[in-house]
Amino acid sequence: MATTVHEPPQIDRRRSPDQKHSGNGGWRNLVPADGELRVALDYSPPPSSTGIWVVLFAITMMFAALTSALIVRKGSSLDWQGFSLPSILYFNALILIASSVTLEVARRQVATFMGGLKSQVENPALWLYITLFLGLLFVAGQYVAWLQLRAEGLYLATNPSSSFFYLLTAVHALHVLGGLGGLIYVIRKLNKSVLRRYQLVATARYWHFMGILWLYLLLLLWMKL
Amino acid sequence: MHDVAAHAAHHAPTSFIRKHVFSLDHKVIGKQYYGLALIAAYVGMALSWMMRIHLAWTNAAIPGLQLLSKNGAPGGVITPEYYLQLMTMHGTIMVFFVLTTAPFAAFGNFFLPIQVGAEDMPFPRFNMMSFWVTFSAFVVLIASFFVTDGPTLGGWTQYAPLNAVGSISGPGQGTGVVLWMASIGLFCVGQLLGSLNFITTTLDLRVKGMSLMRLPLSAWAWFITSCMGLTAFAVLMPACILAILDHVAGTSFFVPSGLVVSDQLVPHSGGSTLLWQHLFWFFGHPEVYIAIVPGIGIVSHILITNMRRPMLSHRVLIYSMGALAVLSYMVYGHHMFVSGMNPFSSLVFSFPTLVITIPSTIVVLMWTFSLYGSKLRINSASLFALGFISMFVSGGVSGFFLAQPSIDIMLHATYFVVGHFHLVMGVAAMFGIFGGTYFWFPKMVGRMMNETLGKVHFWFSFVGAYCIFMPFHYLGMAGNVRRYSSFVDDYLQPLIPVHQFITVAALVTGAAQLVFLYNLIHSRFYGAPAPDNPWQATSLEWSTATPPPFDNFGGKHPVVYHDPYQYGVQSSVGDYVMQASPEQVKTEDEEK
Repeated sequence: MATTVHEPPQIDRRRSPDQKHSGNGGWRNLVPADGELRVALDYSPPPSSTGIWVVLFAITMMFAALTSALIVRKGSSLDWQGFSLPSILYFNALILIASSVTLEVARRQVATFMGGLKSQVENPALWLYITLFLGLLFVAGQYVAWLQLRAEGLYLATNPSSSFFYLLTAVHALHVLGGLGGLIYVIRKLNKSVLRRYQLVATARYWHFMGILWLYLLLLLWMKL
Repeated sequence: MHDVAAHAAHHAPTSFIRKHVFSLDHKVIGKQYYGLALIAAYVGMALSWMMRIHLAWTNAAIPGLQLLSKNGAPGGVITPEYYLQLMTMHGTIMVFFVLTTAPFAAFGNFFLPIQVGAEDMPFPRFNMMSFWVTFSAFVVLIASFFVTDGPTLGGWTQYAPLNAVGSISGPGQGTGVVLWMASIGLFCVGQLLGSLNFITTTLDLRVKGMSLMRLPLSAWAWFITSCMGLTAFAVLMPACILAILDHVAGTSFFVPSGLVVSDQLVPHSGGSTLLWQHLFWFFGHPEVYIAIVPGIGIVSHILITNMRRPMLSHRVLIYSMGALAVLSYMVYGHHMFVSGMNPFSSLVFSFPTLVITIPSTIVVLMWTFSLYGSKLRINSASLFALGFISMFVSGGVSGFFLAQPSIDIMLHATYFVVGHFHLVMGVAAMFGIFGGTYFWFPKMVGRMMNETLGKVHFWFSFVGAYCIFMPFHYLGMAGNVRRYSSFVDDYLQPLIPVHQFITVAALVTGAAQLVFLYNLIHSRFYGAPAPDNPWQATSLEWSTATPPPFDNFGGKHPVVYHDPYQYGVQSSVGDYVMQASPEQVKTEDEEK
């Protein structure tokens, strides 16, 4: 029986991944020297690295707005009725944390290879697939939570507390789906051996943020519902 | 220049669709934004004409208007409800699709990457998406003219509970509101994507030698504006989602219990109407600065080029724009002095509102003292820059009064407020757009605009704007409340001649905008060919070809050797030295 040996995926080794666009001026060069061309660092962070913080800031602002809306709405009237959260939500939290760990394993494998610390890349694609699976499992778990609440007769418009529950979990799940899209993008790039390190770093930052955001939301919902 | 062609695999697209429609090129996207803003501006202006005619001559029939809305304008005569619908659309179109779109998204898209020396924005696909999402938002908004009952009548602020109780609260309050919310939600997405590109372009794509303090003031203004946009639109979007849910899903975020509208009990409970105002104005006040800060940057850029000397302090102007941005988030409650919120909150919001006049005043004084004694070149761009200062000051001064709760109680919701924000935000920002157009048109399309027509346009606009908006202050002090479609009360009837004067002024000033449109279109095809640097300016956009090639600098990355505004020097090319020129010169100060 013939055995096919697959080459491990080749990963782009360039340190400054976005050279196509990089102006090499760098935002760390803050001090101008009058009339002289300064000694400039020949490296600027790739835009995806800065860009992901910009994205995370916007998402933070969005959830801050929703949080303040929840607090104001709860305090403005007596019609708020609490309910106990479906226990699957805690399980979902564990899944999301686990997916962060698997993604981090993949990221480190790529980082050590690209940093020249290892000559052979291990198998980051496997860990990325596991992360993708866990992410899907999380979204499915959230859906199960919604079904459980529906079975209890709690719908979107039943009470402001359930309105906020559905809203916050749905908006978060949408963002997780966006993260899954990012993961698929990274896996495709990895399979074509054209992955750039900071694309994975940016995806990982986003994904970890989704985990932290979910823990925050869980705490908020637990305290306020 | 460094030759970077080796790894700059940045090929120009060849297909029509990729080149002109779904283009990834920031310059094409900038022009698309400009085109959208242009269409929106004339639609908004046409709406204001209809409103003004109705206010001056209440029973006048506007020919053809009945075709747009049979019920809203039977026989061409505007009903009170339709007046409110036109007003809402005028405000929404002007604030979002003109004042935000043109100075920030249009000029910023075209010139920010070039001014920092980059080939493009870092995320061109997001950039393209940003435009097309914004365009879709405009289409959704305009579509509300054509649904049953027409567009919403709730004003551009869409206050709750009117925004959530449905068609029982008036025509357009059903589908019209949902379309409005969807449109503005989409607009937020578009601007967030744009802000992402603007911020990363400024921070990461600056060319060698381009330190932050060497960025031109216009680039700084776009950067600061994108930071504001990122924060503000990220809050408005969830607010729109909440309102849509209240409207279509029966939730009670904003609708209080026991509310009776049109003799019907609204089946909602316990919502907070003030919550909408808090969320809206947290966006809404920074939005005012999102409209005006790019104008501050553009006007500074134009003035410096035409004064032939830098501002007294480059840094102070940048810090002032930054201070305006930060403070803009702390003042939003001054829109809510009479909303019933805690009076102590009014005091808390009143203080930073007065404080924000400090950076505004610094900016104005910086312009004034820099202009003092300079030999300003008078052209259409510099005239509009001067006009901007005039409008900004005239409109800003009335802000002192409105900032104080005790005075605002009397002036709130009167024409005084309408006059204030039209001058300081509307006309001033429009003058920034016009100034930017006359200044950058040669670089954008490769042809010069007609200066004589430009000056005619300026004087009619300048005098006309004062004729329209100064009497608003008088009307407001006389107690003329805003949003009334006609003035049947005894005490308002003597004011009708003032309204008639304003309407005539608005029609004449609007006609002058057709001169601008003619100039724009005619120059696009028949204008004199523009040289690479028609104004002898220093920043990077003038060191490349006109119009710029696809990758902006023809396969090269410029290197920046100088601060952005090295005027008043003696160099081999004249009284200026370009940022990308390695020539060493002594500034005026050094020569002394």
